[in-house]
Amino acid sequence: MKKVSSRNGNPHLSKSPTGIQGLDEITSGGFPKGRTTLICGSAGCGKTLLAIEFLVRGAREFNEPGVFVAFEETNKELTENVISLGFDLEELARQKKIVVDHVHLERSEIEETGEYDLEGLFIRIGHAISTIGAKRVVLDTIESLFSGFSNPLILRAELRRLFRWLKEKGVTTVITGERGDGTLTRQGLEEYVSDCVIILDHRVTEQTSTRRIRVVKYRGSTHGTNEYPFLIDETGFSVIPITSVGLTYEAATGRIPSGVDDLDQMLGGKGYFVGSSILVSGTAGTGKSSLAAHFSESVCRRGEKVLYFSLEESPSQVIRNMGSIGISLAPAMKTGLLMFHAMRPTFCGLEMHLTTMHRMVEAFNPSVVIVDPINSFLTGNNELEAKSMSMRLIDYLKARKITALFTSLTTGGSQLERTDIFISSLIDTWILLRDIELGGERNRGIYILKSRGMAHSNQIREFLLTDHGIKLRDVYVGMEGVLTGSARQAQEAREREDSIKRSLEIDGRKNAILRKRQVMEARIAAIKAEFEAEEAESLKILATDQDKIDNIDKEQAEMAKSRKAGFEPSLENKS
Amino acid sequence: MKTKTSEPKAHPTDHKKSGNKSADKWILRLYIAGQTSKCQTAFINLTKICEEQLKGRYKIEIIDLLIDPKLSREHQILAIPTLVRKLPVPVRKIIGDLSNTERVLIGLDLKSRD
Repeated sequence: MKKVSSRNGNPHLSKSPTGIQGLDEITSGGFPKGRTTLICGSAGCGKTLLAIEFLVRGAREFNEPGVFVAFEETNKELTENVISLGFDLEELARQKKIVVDHVHLERSEIEETGEYDLEGLFIRIGHAISTIGAKRVVLDTIESLFSGFSNPLILRAELRRLFRWLKEKGVTTVITGERGDGTLTRQGLEEYVSDCVIILDHRVTEQTSTRRIRVVKYRGSTHGTNEYPFLIDETGFSVIPITSVGLTYEAATGRIPSGVDDLDQMLGGKGYFVGSSILVSGTAGTGKSSLAAHFSESVCRRGEKVLYFSLEESPSQVIRNMGSIGISLAPAMKTGLLMFHAMRPTFCGLEMHLTTMHRMVEAFNPSVVIVDPINSFLTGNNELEAKSMSMRLIDYLKARKITALFTSLTTGGSQLERTDIFISSLIDTWILLRDIELGGERNRGIYILKSRGMAHSNQIREFLLTDHGIKLRDVYVGMEGVLTGSARQAQEAREREDSIKRSLEIDGRKNAILRKRQVMEARIAAIKAEFEAEEAESLKILATDQDKIDNIDKEQAEMAKSRKAGFEPSLENKS
Repeated sequence: MKTKTSEPKAHPTDHKKSGNKSADKWILRLYIAGQTSKCQTAFINLTKICEEQLKGRYKIEIIDLLIDPKLSREHQILAIPTLVRKLPVPVRKIIGDLSNTERVLIGLDLKSRD
């Protein structure tokens, strides 16, 4: 809202700021100073209000007193009409900042009898200007003069003179005019006013009304040429030219945890970027709101403020539902860190919603904004509008460095990677929640479709809503595909079994080898024993034989001895 | 109502009858803005008509808005010159230089509308 002067086309043309949110932006600084601006539009579109706000803000904020010349309403009516917007005309009149002059016109009372001019009106305006040193003048609606006087030739000449005269006086003038048939104003006022022409419009489409403003002409200055929606509410006028916001916001590097530890791990270990836009999309019942609630709760726990726009559920419903999965939002609401704003998307026009959101963000100044779900703005055929609105909202929040989390309901049948609201290109982190149907059950899967500027997990995780909030599980990814839920559990059990089996087998083999070794060793022992036995036997026999030989020798020797023959015992005898 | 002549307090013309009651006192105010030709013409025309129609029972007040500009607001004056019939009531307003005598007489209720 504050980037006004930089784009100002002509530095020589000084402007008179309106102080109206957004209007100064599309007019690059306000109405042309010292010149005349025409505000036209059909009945009830806010011409008088815009004009009066221009005066009031001028008097209050820019120290430029103003004169309001009312041709239609009396001072009292006017004062009463604008007091609801917080403009106390009587007080401003007492402070000599504003003069309201009601010009009473009634043709039937006036008889025209020859040449005349409107010098009286000039004197009136001139006197009003000089009493308070006015810098701004509003003539509302000067066309009424045409019903008060019957001679249009005189009137037109006088109007021309009036505008020239006001220009000479150096006051910034705003005149209002009712829209005519095929012309901007009924009396062709635009031909007298060539500096700046603004059209207000009030349209009803799909039973919701939207007010729009357009700068048709602005001599000597650049201006936004689009139709911009505007709003009139208890604080006055506001125009929302968000589409004009450039891509100039700074990228933050700080991180903000998502409230789910496992998810933080998937997001490079630290969570979202501060000031980024996060989209959580998925089909019905995949846990989008739960993720949003988790995030809110964790942000509030750290003492930061969250503004939660709930477009489908009432605050108490959200709190109850989130309580069931162990997320308690009520304490944060009590401490004022969490603010809920529930609204029906169809309650008013998109622009009104956008403006309400702006107002609330400005007032509450949260560090996180949640819109749940953003695509509920998409009703009927307003796709284009909904898209531009979402874009403007995202832009706006980014410019304010507010982390924004949007949920988006993907309707069945459409591609998951397509959001109905077409904002995916603006989103920094896109988390996709999806159903994984397998083995007769639905399970929730989560994965990060994209996350700009961080190393993020490419894994599909299973997503569980437990009594203690969201838990992420590794899914089974194998030859049989992605398994979740009981299929995953079954698979896990099977795997456990298999591994037990394998370890048992190994043990068995080990035992078998051991046994074989034992057998082998036993055999070795047996052979050894046998051999030892044989050996012992053989030795014994050998010993006996030796004994026998010894004995024979001995006997022969003895025999020879007895025969007294000294001969060698013969071998023949022996055998 | 801070003009030169103070308001008559309880005036005899309080009765409902308007128009040409000859006994009534007429007070006519002519608003001008400086001595422009239109204003002078208006004054001349007015004096002439009054002399013809209301001789001896009229009073013309000239209010120059350049001298007292706030009266333009207080008296709801836009066009110059403007003639206001203060008395007899009801108040009538006539604008222009009064050169169209017919319309002036109608405007002042000195002549009925056809």
